[in-house]
Amino acid sequence: MTPRLAISGLTRRFGDLAVLDGVTLDVAPGTFVSLLGPSGSGKSTILKLLTGALTPDAGTIAFDGRPLLEAGRPFAFMPQRDALMPWRTIIDNVAVGLEIAGLSRKAARQQVAPFFEPFGLSGFERHFPAQLSGGMRQRAALMRTIVQDKPMLLLDEPFGALDALTRVGMQRWLETMWGRHAWTALLITHDVREAVLLSDRIYVLSARPARIVHQIDIDLPRPRAVGPDVAAIEARLLDHLLTQHRD
Amino acid sequence: MSSLSRLGRALPAVIAIAGLVLGWEAYATLSGISPTALPPPSRVLMQAFEHRAVLWANTLPTLQATLFGFAASLTAAFVFSVLIDFSLTLRRALLPVFIISQTLPMIAIAPLVVLWFGFGLGPKIGLVALVTFFPMLVALLQGYRSTEPELEELLSSMGASRWRVFLTARLPTSLPYFFAGLRVSITYAVVAAIFSEYAGAARGLGIYMLNAKNNFRPDLVLAAVLVSASLTLLLFGLTVLIERRALPWTRLGERR
Repeated sequence: MTPRLAISGLTRRFGDLAVLDGVTLDVAPGTFVSLLGPSGSGKSTILKLLTGALTPDAGTIAFDGRPLLEAGRPFAFMPQRDALMPWRTIIDNVAVGLEIAGLSRKAARQQVAPFFEPFGLSGFERHFPAQLSGGMRQRAALMRTIVQDKPMLLLDEPFGALDALTRVGMQRWLETMWGRHAWTALLITHDVREAVLLSDRIYVLSARPARIVHQIDIDLPRPRAVGPDVAAIEARLLDHLLTQHRD
Repeated sequence: MSSLSRLGRALPAVIAIAGLVLGWEAYATLSGISPTALPPPSRVLMQAFEHRAVLWANTLPTLQATLFGFAASLTAAFVFSVLIDFSLTLRRALLPVFIISQTLPMIAIAPLVVLWFGFGLGPKIGLVALVTFFPMLVALLQGYRSTEPELEELLSSMGASRWRVFLTARLPTSLPYFFAGLRVSITYAVVAAIFSEYAGAARGLGIYMLNAKNNFRPDLVLAAVLVSASLTLLLFGLTVLIERRALPWTRLGERR
């Protein structure tokens, strides 16, 4: 099967600083793949290359077997901080992607309205972001990503800004949503447990210049709870990450 | 917030102002100082009431110069802020010019402008605009700059053009900064209008003050000051009201 996303030999330097050194990875349709790496390992650079904010020095990015440039913005992107606009109500924040895609505000609102119920935000359509808790804001940000109805999601440490308790709640909730929808997603994270709980496959990045140093396929049943299986995988991943950190 | 607690918050200010006015009244009446040197506030108020028709007739041109000048300044500040935000070359070319314009002393420029362009409304609008333009421009530019980079990145990833990013993210982000600048500039605007009239005008509070001073009527000078101060406070209050209506989200923190 053609992978949805195929990154091959991706290399990028900033002046003398080599950030990516031949990163190669695949994301199959309907799978959740995590990219796990230490801080400063070039995770954000990979995202910027995918969203087109940067161009690679070498290597290729193919989407459904075609060069990324011909695929026409196939990603819906969710940044680290929720980046909700404080002057827009939640529904207008969620609908902003559809508005930019050319829908009228009214049509965009109509299209996103049914998502509020499953995202646990019904009744908050007309609230402003400042009136919502951190977890609710993050769900709104994820909803803004989902409603764009793109073939693939890019999630950049989406729960990094949340407190530990809210984060675990969000991870569980996201996993349940996953079971129902089978979205294709690439998650960038440095949280090992998050990666293990959510992913079908995990790639481990080395420290700069980044390469893929390890790959794990996880076929544990969902929903996943923290048990011996998860702990064993976590230990393996941590081992790889810490080895990286030493040199 | 309840109206009672709002009243409670205003109470210290009311007491302070009342104390000042009473002290002034007591000094002016009890010290034996001539009312042509320091008139008591009661006399200022009575004279203001007596001359209300003339004062009003002179307030209108000042208000006109203030509002037209301020409108011109806002329009120019917005247009130039957009140009400067979009073009680094224009930023480098224009910002120094605007900064130099701020170094011109009003006291020297105002009479010259009247000399060149006459006693009409035009030069007064120009002077008000000159004084208020720069603070508004700086406020807008700073507002644009404080846009969250992640929001801009997000919008570009959705396919938004630079102009679309400006309209969706940068412009709304700048609004609180814009209103902060507005509150400062509106107070400058009235003062600038009066000063430009002081330098030469047919009618207006500025020229009224000058004439009253030349006729040894400090009570009428102060009556005009009272009018101009009220005008400034009124315009200031108006900008605060507009801000509250226009930016409901900025006050959410207070309500919680």
